[in-house]
Amino acid sequence: MTTHATTAPSVSHVHRDDVGSRMGMWLFLFTELILFGGMFIVYAVYRFRHPAEFHLAAGELDVFVGTVNTIILLTSSLTVAMSITAIQGGRKHLTLALVGMTIMLAVAFLVNKYFEWGHKFEIGLYPQSPELLARPNGEILYFGLYYMMTGVHALHVLIGMVVLAVMVVSISRDTITKDSYVRLESGALYWHLVDIIWIFLFPLFYLLH
Amino acid sequence: MVGQHHDEPGHGGHVISYGRYILIWFGLLALTGTTVALAGIDLGRWIIITALTIASIKSLLVLNIFMHLQFEARVFRVFVTVAALTLTIFIVLTFFDYAFY
Repeated sequence: MTTHATTAPSVSHVHRDDVGSRMGMWLFLFTELILFGGMFIVYAVYRFRHPAEFHLAAGELDVFVGTVNTIILLTSSLTVAMSITAIQGGRKHLTLALVGMTIMLAVAFLVNKYFEWGHKFEIGLYPQSPELLARPNGEILYFGLYYMMTGVHALHVLIGMVVLAVMVVSISRDTITKDSYVRLESGALYWHLVDIIWIFLFPLFYLLH
Repeated sequence: MVGQHHDEPGHGGHVISYGRYILIWFGLLALTGTTVALAGIDLGRWIIITALTIASIKSLLVLNIFMHLQFEARVFRVFVTVAALTLTIFIVLTFFDYAFY
């Protein structure tokens, strides 16, 4: 059973398990699902108990801004999905452009959110504000959930932007390439999850008429 | 059942054309338009059901095509189904406490 010690395997063979990497990412996404899922349950119960107040409070939200932000996020999902096809074809510059566009769309989403929240603050509708506390319980709960859920979502958009920025660096340094792009796939998966959460937040908060 | 796949599922590397992605994107935009338009109509209690149904269809499009779930190994789809069912059970069981008393 004596064999000569050899260093060859560790030099020439790098172990890679792309399917395992993607599965790890999916498992992480399930924890995100439970994080938001908990908040969706709280939303469902309070909406069930205060249907009229939720209906009234939702009228204060701007459907137009919400729709624009939905279109922005859906488009950003498209560009990051297309970046996978681009890297598979070895088109580095197109990949960079598509991931860059995704980041720009994320910025646009957050700018909209900033003005939207800013306007709410201006008219005195922010957590613990005298204007809000004077309202019925159901409306206070609605705005509490609105700030909490869209806030945690916006935080995810911010984290997603950082992840995508890291991807841009990796692609330009050729650490993500045509032959090894599982990191970009995982980054894209995270971004799509952020999109899916918004797909549910949008009708539940903006379209309650 | 796997006949539509161009390569073996689970090995990654499945290439989806730009055109197909754009087609799905148009579908997502159309569904967004539908859900906004329906919100203008008084559907009573159906409003939440139609809104959630449309949101679910949109999510399935994103999951299957954008997130490549359709081209992954079967175990990925089993995982996602179990995760979604778990959340559904949480919500349904919660309502046993609130809806019937």
